[in-house]
Amino acid sequence: MKTQLRPALIIFALLTIVTGVVYPLAVTGIAQLVFPHQANGSLVTINGKTYGSELIGQQFDDPKYFWGRLSAVNYDSSTSSGSNYGPMNPALIEAVQARIDALKAADPDNTLPIPVDLVTASGSGLDPHISVAAALYQVSRVASSRGLSEADVIALVNQYTDGRQFGFLGEPRVNVLLLNLALDRIE
Amino acid sequence: MNIYDWIQILFYLTVLFALVKPLGGYMARVYQNERVILDPILGPVERFVYRASGIDSKAEMNWKTYAVAMLLFNAIGLLAVYFLQRMQVFLPLNPQGFGAVTPDSSWNTATSFVTNTNWQGYGGETTMSYLTQMLAMTVQNFVSAATGMAVLVALIRGIIRHNTKEVGNFWVDLTRSTLYILVPLSLIFALVLVSQGVVQTFNESQTASALQSGGQTIAVGPAASQIAIKQLGTNGGGFFNTNSAHPLENATPFSNFLEMLALLLIPAALCYTYGKMIGDTRQGWSLLIAMTIVFVSLLGVTVWSEKTANPAIEALGVVGGNMEGKEVRFGIVNSALWTTATTSVSNGAVNSMLDSYMPLGGLVPMWLMQLGEIIFGGVGSGLYGMLTFVIIAVFVAGLMVGRTPEYLGKKIEAYEMKMASIIILTPIIVTLVGTSIALMSEAGRATIFNPSAHGYSEVLYAFSSTAANNGSAFAGLGANNPFYNTALGLAMLIVRFWLAVPVLAIAGALANKKKTPVSGGTLPTHTPLFIGWLIGVIVIVGALSYLPALALGPIVEHLMIFK
Repeated sequence: MKTQLRPALIIFALLTIVTGVVYPLAVTGIAQLVFPHQANGSLVTINGKTYGSELIGQQFDDPKYFWGRLSAVNYDSSTSSGSNYGPMNPALIEAVQARIDALKAADPDNTLPIPVDLVTASGSGLDPHISVAAALYQVSRVASSRGLSEADVIALVNQYTDGRQFGFLGEPRVNVLLLNLALDRIE
Repeated sequence: MNIYDWIQILFYLTVLFALVKPLGGYMARVYQNERVILDPILGPVERFVYRASGIDSKAEMNWKTYAVAMLLFNAIGLLAVYFLQRMQVFLPLNPQGFGAVTPDSSWNTATSFVTNTNWQGYGGETTMSYLTQMLAMTVQNFVSAATGMAVLVALIRGIIRHNTKEVGNFWVDLTRSTLYILVPLSLIFALVLVSQGVVQTFNESQTASALQSGGQTIAVGPAASQIAIKQLGTNGGGFFNTNSAHPLENATPFSNFLEMLALLLIPAALCYTYGKMIGDTRQGWSLLIAMTIVFVSLLGVTVWSEKTANPAIEALGVVGGNMEGKEVRFGIVNSALWTTATTSVSNGAVNSMLDSYMPLGGLVPMWLMQLGEIIFGGVGSGLYGMLTFVIIAVFVAGLMVGRTPEYLGKKIEAYEMKMASIIILTPIIVTLVGTSIALMSEAGRATIFNPSAHGYSEVLYAFSSTAANNGSAFAGLGANNPFYNTALGLAMLIVRFWLAVPVLAIAGALANKKKTPVSGGTLPTHTPLFIGWLIGVIVIVGALSYLPALALGPIVEHLMIFK
């Protein structure tokens, strides 16, 4: 046992240097050089003002904006969490019902079926996206509260829809923050 | 399921299988000390490590010395991770000024990362300094994986060799696994992740003036370098609290695809490495096929379960499957595929919240862990667990036809069976006894989050996960408290080393045997018949052990929802 103690300590120290210092520093150095935008959080900066990250969702409940997923952390991205509600948890049904009520209150005449991602909480609490159906569901509300035509708003939604990556990976989706920034710009 | 769902699953399996042979062949060369392409760069580093530590890389060990070296190395790792957390407040690279981690949480995290489990009671971005993430977490991500691979290679040598006591040199296997396999793969992988939007910076949290709500703080950090090895080394410990559901940890469908690929990559490729090293690749392929059959069957259950709408939500006029706890960019299929993959290997990283899965969607990951993490399983540990099941299957088959059981020319006798029994029974006992103790104690029940049967499932899941060195969670359970930190820490430690040491004992015993020539009475272990038999043994052991426990949780919950 004693004969193994010296190699144990020294190899632990050396592998710590390789994997815990050299490796992360090498990745950081190359990443900052080649992909500085992504490596630092994909921040959205317009005219010198940073509005957030294109990868991190934000809280929207004003009728003139598109709303994102429900969030267990209210889009506080100094942390992250899902709701962790089980499928039978009454709190889950209450949260879904509350979101449905809010959607109906802001747009009473809307009779479209409600897409599930619009009434459920995301895994991270920071999901930047909604499905295309969830965006289209909100078009009438956003258009009327901004005095825009629905066609204009739909055109904007289409512009901010990301298809499946490489044509087949993931799901088609709309970036809520970028879409709302664009809405504010056209006014 | 639409056409894109099928395409994505098929594409995933195709790419995975296409990589098995090249990577598996490369790893076989690494472990047989043959020339590999990275020799000119890594050779000098490797020789420096041996020189500095004063070891003779040609000198081999018997199984006991090998086990002592392995345990000693892991004990040092355990202390290092513990004290780094306790002292991070005095150390550099702590821009958010996090204080010392509590003793029970530090203990839990230390055992968790050393045992390749990466169960996380803490939330990364609100607890750990950048220094702790690098020097404690990232380092253990590498070396705990390398430890599993080293133990596997010792077992393979035990199978190949005869009439010897030597099973290899732990220091060499550890060093070569880390330098030649894990570091180069991680380096490339981390950079591709950054290109997709995964953060890698030493800046403090970013602040933004959010559009409607006024302000937003965005936690960042050196994440990509840790995430790469977390996925490749079947570790699973996220940089952020929500792991790979977090957009800065898993930014796009492509980063998600690569992270999923990395989940199964090394465990699958090691099957080929095994075949190559024993000189009969059919043996490796047949194990891989057995794993894949179980994997695909259970994947079907998860996808089907999550595509099903929750009736209580559907009744409110909502359309779509179960999106609670899932991210839009991945959708249901990529979430279900990830979940099945992360629990078939002992990884435990998540890209969706398992606590919010439908009952049967949550049963699959739980049962995959309870099977002993052998369907691909952990790097190294998955295959040595699977080989243990092979030994059991051969033994049972031998009993049925009345012949002396043998595997690849080695007689399977009482000693090997005793060790194999310890390996199979230890996780089962720890899971079921642990769950019972938690449910019978006030402290164990106090932090259950969801009501009714689902709350019970949270506790069963926690012990299934830690007693399989997986690390995923039904995260509603409040586990960052002295009771769960201590109990789950013990579970992880017991299971990791009460499996690894008996595996080494089997390696030693097999190496010491003489080789029996193949005869008409030898049971071939590469045929479809044997693959079916092996799956049967695995499923029967898993079902008999856990069906009553599962009936009280996910099964009863399913029946309550779909009356």
